[in-house]
Amino acid sequence: MSTRVDPQPITEDRPTVQIGRSIPRLESLEKVTGETEYIHHLRLPHMLYGKIFRSSVAHGRILKLDTRAARELPGVAAVITGADVCALIPEPYYGPAFHDQPVLAIDKVRYVGEPVAVALSEDPHLAEHAANLIEAEYEELPAVFDEVEAAAATDTFVHDALKPAGTFPDLKHLQGRTKTNVALDFSLRHNDAERGFEQADYIFEHVFRTPAAIHAAMEPIVAVGEPRGSSAVTIHTSSQSPSFVRTEVARLLGWPENHVRVRTAFLGGGFGAKLYIKLEALVAVLALLVKRPVKIALTMEEQFYTITKHATTVRMKSGVTKAGKVVARRCEAWWNGGAYADIGPRVTQKSGFTAAGPYDIENVSLDSYAVYTNLPPAGAFRGFGIPQLVWAYESHTDIIARELELDPLEFRRANILRNGRPQATGTIMRDTATVEVLDTLERAMDWKAPRDPGDGNVRRGRGVAIGFKACIAPTTSVAIVNIYGDGSCAVYCGTVDMGQGSDTAMAQIAAEVLGLDPRAISVIHPDTDVTPYDMATLGSRSTFHMGNAVRLAALDAREKLFIMAGKALGCDPGLLSAAGGCVRAPDGRQLSVGEVIKSGFLMQAGNLIGSGSFRPTYTSPSHGDGQSSDITPFWMVGAVGADVEVDMETGHVRVTRLVSVADVGTVINPAIVTRQLNGGAVMQLGLTMSEALRFDHGQVTNASLADYKIPGILDVPAEIFAEAAPGCQHSGPFGAKGAGETGTFAVSPAIANAIHDATGVRIYDLPLTPEVVYRALRAAQHNPLENEL
Amino acid sequence: MSALRQIAFTLNGRAVTADVAPHHTLVEVLQEQFALYGARESCAQGLCGCCTAIVDGRAVSGCLYLAAFADGADVVTIEGLADRNHLDPVQEAFISCNAFQCGFCTSGFILMTRQLLEQNPDPTDDEIRHYLSGNLCRCGTYPDIINAVHAAAATLHKE
Ligand code: FES
Ligand code: FES
Repeated sequence: MSTRVDPQPITEDRPTVQIGRSIPRLESLEKVTGETEYIHHLRLPHMLYGKIFRSSVAHGRILKLDTRAARELPGVAAVITGADVCALIPEPYYGPAFHDQPVLAIDKVRYVGEPVAVALSEDPHLAEHAANLIEAEYEELPAVFDEVEAAAATDTFVHDALKPAGTFPDLKHLQGRTKTNVALDFSLRHNDAERGFEQADYIFEHVFRTPAAIHAAMEPIVAVGEPRGSSAVTIHTSSQSPSFVRTEVARLLGWPENHVRVRTAFLGGGFGAKLYIKLEALVAVLALLVKRPVKIALTMEEQFYTITKHATTVRMKSGVTKAGKVVARRCEAWWNGGAYADIGPRVTQKSGFTAAGPYDIENVSLDSYAVYTNLPPAGAFRGFGIPQLVWAYESHTDIIARELELDPLEFRRANILRNGRPQATGTIMRDTATVEVLDTLERAMDWKAPRDPGDGNVRRGRGVAIGFKACIAPTTSVAIVNIYGDGSCAVYCGTVDMGQGSDTAMAQIAAEVLGLDPRAISVIHPDTDVTPYDMATLGSRSTFHMGNAVRLAALDAREKLFIMAGKALGCDPGLLSAAGGCVRAPDGRQLSVGEVIKSGFLMQAGNLIGSGSFRPTYTSPSHGDGQSSDITPFWMVGAVGADVEVDMETGHVRVTRLVSVADVGTVINPAIVTRQLNGGAVMQLGLTMSEALRFDHGQVTNASLADYKIPGILDVPAEIFAEAAPGCQHSGPFGAKGAGETGTFAVSPAIANAIHDATGVRIYDLPLTPEVVYRALRAAQHNPLENEL
Repeated sequence: MSALRQIAFTLNGRAVTADVAPHHTLVEVLQEQFALYGARESCAQGLCGCCTAIVDGRAVSGCLYLAAFADGADVVTIEGLADRNHLDPVQEAFISCNAFQCGFCTSGFILMTRQLLEQNPDPTDDEIRHYLSGNLCRCGTYPDIINAVHAAAATLHKE
């Protein structure tokens, strides 16, 4: 197996053929004929449907759970509670960072909507009816909802003690900590922020907020547990992280990993909602308890009670010189993690260290807090916390530029972090096209062109913003390339195609190496019994990590192919090349890949298997000051320009143009990358303009797409486009890096900055609904609107 | 829970029967009894269009439309549009314009686009947006969907 752990450049000795081509997605035909496989559709013989009975209080001790009426309903196979789960698993608590979340509530509930029991029936309607017959009595406990208040709380705690998972060395010191809602506090100190403020001519300080939101993948979260005897289980799941699911479910059951099989199909969207454990532990336990396959398919409404995007409060303070140089920045970020940590503590740290923005600032101080509250758990959401931080630092940066009467784009360029300079962690920035992204955006927006500011009722404005993200580290991807007896080929990889087009990109990478047509390569979907390990499909890591692993696997297979072909052609394997589905000798003689295999196995038989494993280097940040010489394998940069029209009488904002520019390194498939960038921008447009979970004492009050507005086709700006800035990530496969989240980074502040440009009014809290904008307009006219009753 | 009743209808050109309870929706019956999964439930509230099917020439939300109402009707689903060798021009256009990512919403958009082009062979951007405003795509492929509608309209003109 070829393993590469260092991000050394892998240079190509010839121009590429398949890289940079906009071939249609491999699965195009299935997707337009309705035949795509989603776990949503899966039905197994003798399968039961589970319906979840959920907590109706935000924090409470379970006094009584009455399941009798549900159990006695004809057609109900079983009703399962936390006590039944404990009989199978004594410590049924899971989570990627903390082992804090029970498979079903035990003794206590910690948020409204927490799963308490499950009713099972062959008829999903009956299961639902039965779940409605379950009754619970709670002793209500005081609850905490606001992240800043919860962090400071002295008498109300969501958990009695912290239970870090032990997988992350930097969480070990939290073990057993009591009387706190702060799951993790991360700090970074780069030089001396206080001294920096003393040197500054101006000090700016603001607080920004973002609300909780949900992913609302069109395929709601779904999983099917299938027992295989009493010592093995298969989990079919719409998961972005099948390898993690296997490890975690095996740990819960106390089984070796090879007794748990986890497979996925295409996902109808993921966006971070389908990571780690969602329904998988529950359906595995249910299936083992009732000895039948069990499916739980959430409704859209139930997704609102399952996983959310962190609400945040971010305080930003900057010291700036008369010359327009930012010399010090201090940020404090509170992340509302809800009742269970999920991956929140990682968001707090891995995104937290970028909170000062993509700027070259001599003195930086960052503090980032993952906070438990009695709300639905928050986890990964496209961008992994970055859009919340960019909202803060790019609104803040814009305020500074405009107050100092500096051109907002020039001010950014003057302070931008360039290659060769240290980021706040001390890691030297490399292969990161910050400047190119700004330059490309300036050109694409025609930034300096005169514009019409509008008058009277309709005011027009323009704004820009730029954000960056460090790819999560350290993570591993492993891939296998298998050439079959007839010369056809498959890539086995654990990357989950949830719409981002990874199947196609991986096929293009393998095809490039093997000289094949990518459309003739099949990509085997994740199945932990078949496909090798992959950390997860998240954080825009797949193109880089899995792309490198697939490339190495294809090189390994090609080497074996050349040895076999060398024998058949009587030629030194080192002189052979692969192109057009053939292996070629320098003298022009060639054999098709199928003929090579036949020559080696004497018939259409056998396999040529190549494998590749990729894990970049990493140095974890030191405790206390957060410094690291090697914090990430690559940086992503995304900038957005927005043109808006504001209706001064209603507060209604129309985004008329939205331009995204990103550094994605070399582009493997331009059509797919453009779609990803625009898709990210449209999603973030919703999070900017309308999306917010509303709560009443912890109860979500808008758990429906009727009351929680995601963007529709009418919301898309008349002009919307995305462009990749010139860039190359030398450690990436053929120079490529991730693009899945970059389109989301800078949308929200670009729009708010444009609103300020149009109206002179600054908004500090998302979303920018007409009501919020109108209130801000009225407040600026010293004629504030009365508060709602 | 409740008594089943047999209904008879035409499904993608074939005469079929199904046993349905009063509360069964069209999308459930298509999936459970005919293994047709192109119409699929997402919001279950008539808000997203993922469950679109054509009943007597009219697009309906299969998540709300009771199967019993399909008795005697002509039902067409995405699976009835074309065979794998001859795609409908709208399907072709969705592929050539890359008008999908995860594909969960795609059947609904394609069926609605066909209905739009039957009524209005040369729609403007605005008309497309209004006609498709009842379909949601969380992947945000709307700009490409608009392009695909124009591309399909152009192909249909040539034919
Ligand atoms: S599932 Fe029927 S409209 Fe959404
Ligand atoms: S393509 Fe994913 S929801 Fe439309």
